[in-house]
Amino acid sequence: MARVTSTLRRLPALVPPPTELPPRAAALRAEVRAFLAEERAAGAWTPRADVWLSGWDERFTRELGRRGWLGMTIPVEYGGHGLGALDRYVVTEELLAAGAPVAAHWVADRQIGPTLMRFGTEEQRQRYLPRIAAGECYFGIGMSEPDAGSDLAAVRTRAVQVDGGWELTGTKVWTSGAHHAHAFFALARSAPKDEGNRHAGLSQFIVDLDSPGVQIRPIPLLTGAHHFNEVVFERVFVPDAQVLGELGAGWAQVTGELAFERSGPERFLSTFPLLVAMLGELAATPGVEREVGRIVARLWTLRRMSLAVAGSLESGEAPELAAAVVKDLGTRFENEIVDAARTLVDLPPDPGAEPGFARLLADAVLHAPGFTLRGGTNEVLRGIVARGMGLR
Amino acid sequence: MSEVRELAESVFEKSATAGTELDTALWAALEETGLARLTLPEGAGGSGAAYADAAEVLQAAGEHAARVPLVETDLLAGWLLHAHGLAVPGGPLTAVAADLGSDGTLARVPWARGAAGIVVLTPAEVLLLPADGLEVDGGTNLAEEPRDTVRVTADPSARADAVPGTGAEFRLRAALGRAQLLAGAARGALERTVRYAGERVQFGRPIGRFQAVQQQLALAASEVAASGAAAAAAAATVDRDGFGAPSAAFAVAAAKARAGEAAGEVARIAHQVHGAIGFTREHDLRLLTTRLWAWRDEDGSDAHWQAELGATVLAAGPEALWPMVTGSP
Repeated sequence: MARVTSTLRRLPALVPPPTELPPRAAALRAEVRAFLAEERAAGAWTPRADVWLSGWDERFTRELGRRGWLGMTIPVEYGGHGLGALDRYVVTEELLAAGAPVAAHWVADRQIGPTLMRFGTEEQRQRYLPRIAAGECYFGIGMSEPDAGSDLAAVRTRAVQVDGGWELTGTKVWTSGAHHAHAFFALARSAPKDEGNRHAGLSQFIVDLDSPGVQIRPIPLLTGAHHFNEVVFERVFVPDAQVLGELGAGWAQVTGELAFERSGPERFLSTFPLLVAMLGELAATPGVEREVGRIVARLWTLRRMSLAVAGSLESGEAPELAAAVVKDLGTRFENEIVDAARTLVDLPPDPGAEPGFARLLADAVLHAPGFTLRGGTNEVLRGIVARGMGLR
Repeated sequence: MSEVRELAESVFEKSATAGTELDTALWAALEETGLARLTLPEGAGGSGAAYADAAEVLQAAGEHAARVPLVETDLLAGWLLHAHGLAVPGGPLTAVAADLGSDGTLARVPWARGAAGIVVLTPAEVLLLPADGLEVDGGTNLAEEPRDTVRVTADPSARADAVPGTGAEFRLRAALGRAQLLAGAARGALERTVRYAGERVQFGRPIGRFQAVQQQLALAASEVAASGAAAAAAAATVDRDGFGAPSAAFAVAAAKARAGEAAGEVARIAHQVHGAIGFTREHDLRLLTTRLWAWRDEDGSDAHWQAELGATVLAAGPEALWPMVTGSP
């Protein structure tokens, strides 16, 4: 007799089992909410969409550092707080849901800290981690280049060995916040390209952005706003002590770094403040329950998926496939909020309006193209999922 | 894979695909292994397991298109009887929340033929109707699972006054169980489709090598992942807070709504990738896709639970949304 699935090759787990937050998370969450309520009451900032790209506020970042909410997973001996990734998750999701200005510390707190703990030398950790945890040192990401976007192995920035270090020459693009940041991790080719193994010969360097030979030029967004930069190196000297991790192991290090950035709450909360404003506009509108419920069910599910991946990362696993799924679904969801807001509320977006629905809608519409591009395009992520299922 | 999931897989692998009636051999195996009454307390002949464990078993049941009334027996009928101090009889059971009207007819009762008894939750009472006091008229859902019309011809063999709140919990339990089955069937459909894409050769290569097909299968995978994660998280929420908590009502509504939405998308992609063969009677894909189409509209459609969730959210106001989503007031 035929059997439904007995002869099938099994699919891998697509998402880890549910994660429950540790009991101490509730108190931490309450503290963060109380602080955010104070800040908003004082008019320190207003909730915005896509704050982790555009909300640069060094006062706010230092205040978070003062309260122990940056570098939470960094060990105490490096100025951090020795807590778990789930503690950081709680703080991060509260900040994003509130639309608070988190851009200044975003990259440093999310991936530079953990990467330095994994690959950094003692000297590098001492040099950067205490200032990251204090909210005083900001980082950028130097991966993409004009001819290396989704195809990151095509980077052409060259690192040439010289006395005492390396000389970097090349161009990095889309570096958010480079015009304010102190340093970034640059991925560069330190050995000639081997067409048989394109991933070999790449290395990561920690480049202080005030080094001689570094030029930073704005790449305005379509709104004209300045967040992205082109960073040009002209024989920039990087001492040996600033090589990150192992020479030639840049590819493996970078892909590990990307795992931190794929499935966090920033992958589905970029437009959450717009959703809250939309509910405010809908308070007296009949017949919208279904569409609101649809969006909320998707949001709740995404958060549980993202938490499940965070829990899995915390226990030392690397759920690459699940992280790709969360980012694909989550970033599309950020766009679905925009669609729902437009469908349910008949108010045109207004980029010059006072803070509120029309302004948030404008920000969200104009920033939306980036959601499904940054951190790996959704098409590339689906390729990862297909590979995980054995299709390629 | 968890132990309970492994046990469930080993049992469901033996389930037969042919036929539409209750799979009695499979049911006997479920009784033997304790999976048939997983969440009922030991005092009621159950295994006293968590809803998270039941979720794993039910997802496996859905994945294998198993023809057994697991949700009905364990989560609904057994619970109704036990919670009202009534003895839980052996054998497969079913349950329905309905006003037993003057004509004594119950519509669309799942698995009524083949059940040892039907538990009816009326607005005032819990009634146990033994199989020999019933006339059953066969009907089905889209997957040809029994959804029968039942005429009650004898008095209940046991009855009790319904505890307040039982109706609300019944709806949540049914939806929670259905969400697990949906998640499992979605995974089963994806699994079959990925395998087929690796075998079917067109233009000189397996169709799964084409990026257009890969992208579709990845989209289906994300829906399967969402469905499974939502259903599992809802079960975990019920384990933590109990069915009576607002967080549980929120989680179950969200999970059934999300799993229902995923069902249509997964079935669509599964059929598109299979081509015409998947659309035939001879192909097993239909066992999963017809269940996806049937189950998404049973125990409250996605539209039903979306509307309920939306009404809750709108009534609470904008600032309450985030506390509700995080379950942290």
